[in-house]
Amino acid sequence: MSATLTEPDAAPRTPTTRPPRPPKGSSAGARKKKPLPWAPWALLGPSIALLIVMVVYPTIVMFITSFTNLEIKNKMLGTAPDFVGFDNYLEIFTDSQFPQVLARSLGLMVVLTVLIVVFGMLIGLTLTKLSKAWRLAVSIALLFAWAMPPLAATVVWGWMFDTDYGVVNWALNTITGTQDWRGHGWLENPWSFMMVLVIIVTWQSIPFAAITFYAGLGQVPDEVIEASSLDGASAWQRFRLIILPYMRNVITAVLVLETIWNLRIFTQVYSLQQQGGLASETNVLPTYLFRQGIGEFGTTAAIGVFMMILLMSISYFNVRNSLKDEEEL
Amino acid sequence: MSISPGMQLAEEPGSVAADTRAATTIRDGGRLGRRAGRRKGLFGRIGLNAWALVIIVCSIFPVYWMVNMSFTPSNQIISRNPSLLPLDFTFKNYVTAWTREAAPGQTDFPHALGSSIIVAVAVVVVGAVFAFLASIALSRFAFRGRVFFIVAVLVVQMVPGEAMMFTIYNMIDDWRLMNTLLGLFIVHLAAVVPFTIWTLRGFVKGVPEELEEAAMIDGCTKAQAFWKVTFPLMAPALVSTGIFAFIQSWNEFLMALLLLKGYNLTLPPWLNSFQSATEATNWGAVMAGSTLITLPVVIFFLFVQRRMVGGLVAGAVKG
Repeated sequence: MSATLTEPDAAPRTPTTRPPRPPKGSSAGARKKKPLPWAPWALLGPSIALLIVMVVYPTIVMFITSFTNLEIKNKMLGTAPDFVGFDNYLEIFTDSQFPQVLARSLGLMVVLTVLIVVFGMLIGLTLTKLSKAWRLAVSIALLFAWAMPPLAATVVWGWMFDTDYGVVNWALNTITGTQDWRGHGWLENPWSFMMVLVIIVTWQSIPFAAITFYAGLGQVPDEVIEASSLDGASAWQRFRLIILPYMRNVITAVLVLETIWNLRIFTQVYSLQQQGGLASETNVLPTYLFRQGIGEFGTTAAIGVFMMILLMSISYFNVRNSLKDEEEL
Repeated sequence: MSISPGMQLAEEPGSVAADTRAATTIRDGGRLGRRAGRRKGLFGRIGLNAWALVIIVCSIFPVYWMVNMSFTPSNQIISRNPSLLPLDFTFKNYVTAWTREAAPGQTDFPHALGSSIIVAVAVVVVGAVFAFLASIALSRFAFRGRVFFIVAVLVVQMVPGEAMMFTIYNMIDDWRLMNTLLGLFIVHLAAVVPFTIWTLRGFVKGVPEELEEAAMIDGCTKAQAFWKVTFPLMAPALVSTGIFAFIQSWNEFLMALLLLKGYNLTLPPWLNSFQSATEATNWGAVMAGSTLITLPVVIFFLFVQRRMVGGLVAGAVKG
């Protein structure tokens, strides 16, 4: 330890660089070789039991179920289902709906993620340029959009886009000075349904991205920005060549998280469908699965396994990112 | 579960004051612009503020509209010219939302409120205990399998609960917990615990062990030292992770919709039913219900917002 105590003085450092990690591991290793080998396991016990029962076990059960023809009647009669191999998977991929739902989910995910990251970055940059009072006002406003429960938000937005009395139709009529938008049903057409959905989800997700990017922008050293502008770099060049490289990790983290969340949206889609969307034309993966209902557990398990593999393979990047942050686990 | 892992808490290993650090980071974002701002002309400044105003209006408007409509009498809500302020101010919508059952044979608001609070508070308390114990094990003990467990927690946190909705439905059914708050509680608990462990672990690690050692030299046992020294320093972290768990359980819709019926609904499925049943006749009441559900979350959010992004970013910029 004594060697490391002098470390911080050895070289001046900026707040963004960390000193080399003190060789704490060696002393920790010695210190941690203590009795009570059972103690950590006793402390972890409740969590391990919970996660095994509620996450690991159902995952395995779902995986097995996806290869059987388990149905509700098996449960009621207490009979065992048969193994059917890959039949369920074949069925969902040849089913007329599923591939379409998958494509819609992926398309929606791409659109949402791009919009959220682009606008998030734009607003994050805006925050850095604003005066203190304006910055506070914008942050609080963003916070409201962020804090609103997704279901309540969707109900309110759905009402704003209401066919007869929605404020959007009223505003469009007032702006255009016509009655063209009177009785315009936004949710009836699948494409305009998706547009409304994109507005709702983006509205609610931008604050997280914007505030995260803003915090990340604070880590870009002033000196480098200043030097580059003295060298004649334009605003766009400064952004592309200086800020982006510094922000790479933050952007990757937000991209991965948004990709996952945008594939998992259920509440907004379901609630909007309740308010007038045609479910069969607007389903995404989670709502499609939900609307399969209780009955054919084999098929729904196969859809679940597919969703899980898809999402977990994207999550791999998130797990890796999080672990990278932990130099010493 | 549909619980968003995005609510990352500030988690800065190696620092006691993790939350103040996060707050500084956010404030520091201002450094970038200040210099650039000085060079900007008056025109640029007006344009910038106008753009900021657009952001503010877009973010706030739906919330404002919800509150506005919740105080507007129903006959004016369905007028062709909506008013920007509730001129005929009324509480009637709130009375309707509070007293009327969501749909025939389903719960009313106070009952759903009670159910939501019971589930959320239980999730917060039990989740905090589970995660706190686990985080001590992970940050204060060296044992075989520790790294494996840490990685496992991260992986489990990413498991999409909604993919398993029917498997979990079957499980809860087999345990005879269908349509009980206990069933929903277990599902929510499993959804928040991995995230809470991961976050708390960072905080426990941030409290220097030397503090505990000093207390032990002064005659405390290891457990006492932990309880009297580290625990008080952890309190703020426990409060904010608790608030996050509360919000997540409060907002959770899918599993509540699948597992609960009739009189046992929590607030999100209550709002869903109430909206479907009343929207044609009484939008004001639906808006009042939405406002009531939103209120606690907004208040809690204001408490913890500073800690929200620190963790994610503090890690990401380090590498």
